[in-house]
Amino acid sequence: MNAWIQVALLLALVLGSAPLLGRHLWQVFDDRPQPLLDGWLTPVETALLHWVGDRGRPSEQAWDYLRPLLLSNSLFGVVAFLLLLLQPAWLNPLGLSGMRWDTALHTAISFLTNTDQQHYTPEQSLGDLAQLGALQFLFFTSAATGLAVGFAFIRGLCGRPLGNFHRDLIRSITRVLLPLSLGFGLILLINGVPMTLGGPVSLRTLEGATQILVRGPVAGFEAIKQLGENGGGFFGANSAHPFENPSPFTNLLAMVAMFAIPAATIDAFGRFLGNRRQGTLLLLLVSVLFLALAVVAISAEQAGNPLLAPWLSGPNLEGKEVRFGAAVSALFATITTGSMAGAVNAAMDSLMPLGGLVPLFNLFLQVVFGGQGTGIAYLLVFLILTVFLTGLMVGRTPELFGRKVEKAEVVYSSLILLIHPVFVLVPAAITIAFPALQGISNPGFHGVSQVVYEYASAAANNGSGFEGLGDGTVWWNLSAIVSLLGGRYLPIIALLLLAAGFARKQPVPPSPGTLATDTGLFTVVTAVVIVILGALTFFPVLALGPIAEAFSLPR
Amino acid sequence: MTLIRDVLRALRLTAVLWLITVVLYTLPLLAIGQGLLPFQANGSLFRVDGKVVGSALIGQPFASERYFWSRPSDVDYSTGKTAPNSAPSNLGPTNPDLVKRVTAASKVLRGSGLNAPAPDLLYGSGSGLDPHISPAAAAQQIERVARQRKMSQPQLQTLIRQHTEGRVLGVLGEPRVNVLALNLELDRYSP
Repeated sequence: MNAWIQVALLLALVLGSAPLLGRHLWQVFDDRPQPLLDGWLTPVETALLHWVGDRGRPSEQAWDYLRPLLLSNSLFGVVAFLLLLLQPAWLNPLGLSGMRWDTALHTAISFLTNTDQQHYTPEQSLGDLAQLGALQFLFFTSAATGLAVGFAFIRGLCGRPLGNFHRDLIRSITRVLLPLSLGFGLILLINGVPMTLGGPVSLRTLEGATQILVRGPVAGFEAIKQLGENGGGFFGANSAHPFENPSPFTNLLAMVAMFAIPAATIDAFGRFLGNRRQGTLLLLLVSVLFLALAVVAISAEQAGNPLLAPWLSGPNLEGKEVRFGAAVSALFATITTGSMAGAVNAAMDSLMPLGGLVPLFNLFLQVVFGGQGTGIAYLLVFLILTVFLTGLMVGRTPELFGRKVEKAEVVYSSLILLIHPVFVLVPAAITIAFPALQGISNPGFHGVSQVVYEYASAAANNGSGFEGLGDGTVWWNLSAIVSLLGGRYLPIIALLLLAAGFARKQPVPPSPGTLATDTGLFTVVTAVVIVILGALTFFPVLALGPIAEAFSLPR
Repeated sequence: MTLIRDVLRALRLTAVLWLITVVLYTLPLLAIGQGLLPFQANGSLFRVDGKVVGSALIGQPFASERYFWSRPSDVDYSTGKTAPNSAPSNLGPTNPDLVKRVTAASKVLRGSGLNAPAPDLLYGSGSGLDPHISPAAAAQQIERVARQRKMSQPQLQTLIRQHTEGRVLGVLGEPRVNVLALNLELDRYSP
């Protein structure tokens, strides 16, 4: 009972905050006046743009937006890679040396793509300078890049120019990510998350053992880690570590933070369109999908592990913290994979088969609130496909938001949806074919899940993992990089090409034959399309992994 | 030419964003932490006679029968050769090693008189540093600790109650007992 109250509370907070934050996002990205902020932020942003050397003109062509995006992202990645590879002695109290080249490359690209897979042990690999200068830097810039892409895509679908990348990137940081993170960081600090450059403490425990506690500037790091859908931990145990997530209260805030911006972006989309009902219906759609998945995950964990019945009873607590309990850990797992954050407060590898199926399913769909900016974009791509499919069924030219959906839109949408399975299933098949590459730690069906999960997490830019996997190898690092880059930049390019082309079309006035997309019926059809496309593509691997494992358990 | 111009723009953008997101963002939080909230900002450390003996947020391994025991940890609570570290076991639900480990832990606990140990004493935690056990797991250990410390059971029950945190706002999370705080209190009562 208590578990369901917490689910309801979480959803109330997310859906309650969505219109407030959504209004703010709409004002920021639609250039509406913001009396409280404009006075002091506008001069700062103008100065920053001037320093960058961009006059802030909106892009006419998709490549005018993409060019600075790809160039600046490359440089962000180079800076992080060099810091990780060389790791200077400054702010590095344990005197840790640089990472191996392939781990440094994987880590830099993983954080650059807003993914944050970690094939290293942070406590034994990174000092404070690398944590801040490489990882926290990418937390902000990758989240801001995602937001910029999301709103450029929204502008295009609403028939407007895409906007200016530098301006969007800077305003994402000055008006959204920085102020929210400062506030959230302060709350975390008050609740016990450390914020120090004082280095680790070595102490004698009550029984005389030597315990080493790594500390650092965690509160600030943690805040943008969650709000930016990043998810990479300051510590190996990520959000299960008491220094990252000390109490059930910080845990609730973390869950709200992961969903807050994606939910608000959906609301902001409705305002852009001048049709708030459309935004609200999409929010309801993902909320229902989320609830269904959360129920499966929570029930699976609460039912417990029948293999251990001779020794214990009750929920499955393996890899879970007492302060959170099994149900809330399963809820967290659903949120972190639905939102593409990838932070974990429990071991994903130790979830029950169906408890682990839910995160995997989320990684396949990519829209259950979805990633920073990319979530709404994928959701709208599903909307385009649904318009196309229903148009085929009733024999009309499909239209969306007053423009015709034609060949280019359908081709780009299909490409965007096909990129994902290609970058998940192909490398997973290669890895499973060669036992020397696998690094599987849990035998049987679970091993299949471990491998597929790693590539799904990379291609969806999520970052969580079935972490028993021995992924610190050259093969894993390099092959995951392919999925990370392919899963991030190919969809971004296709999305913006689609949006720019769509915006150039002649608007068609609505006629009695126009299919309305802001109705309950159309929303239900969209949900069905999402589930069928998501489930059908990946059903074979789900059957080989978690579903087979679930059937192997004694009844 | 436009490529050089664009690269220079990206370079300047990188430099200024690095300053904002790494330096400008971190400094105020560091200042507030170190200036106003030094206990939290430095890791919520417990001190006895000026010496750091642990953190209110991080568990410790306990083997002596005079102490309440913590949950199993694959990283020995960041002590020993693998320190510093934090990690769960990552054993899958159908992994035979999980059954083996639970069987072994259960045998050890039975040997010390815990016939039906609470599940959290057999399951490993998410961080390997979990500072808490469930109130049921603490209650089961009262008899042993009382015998070893020559304390009365009601006295220990009171201590456990004092160190039990309920659900936040009556809803969030689970009730729990901080093992290190409880054991520090024991040492104060009967050194």
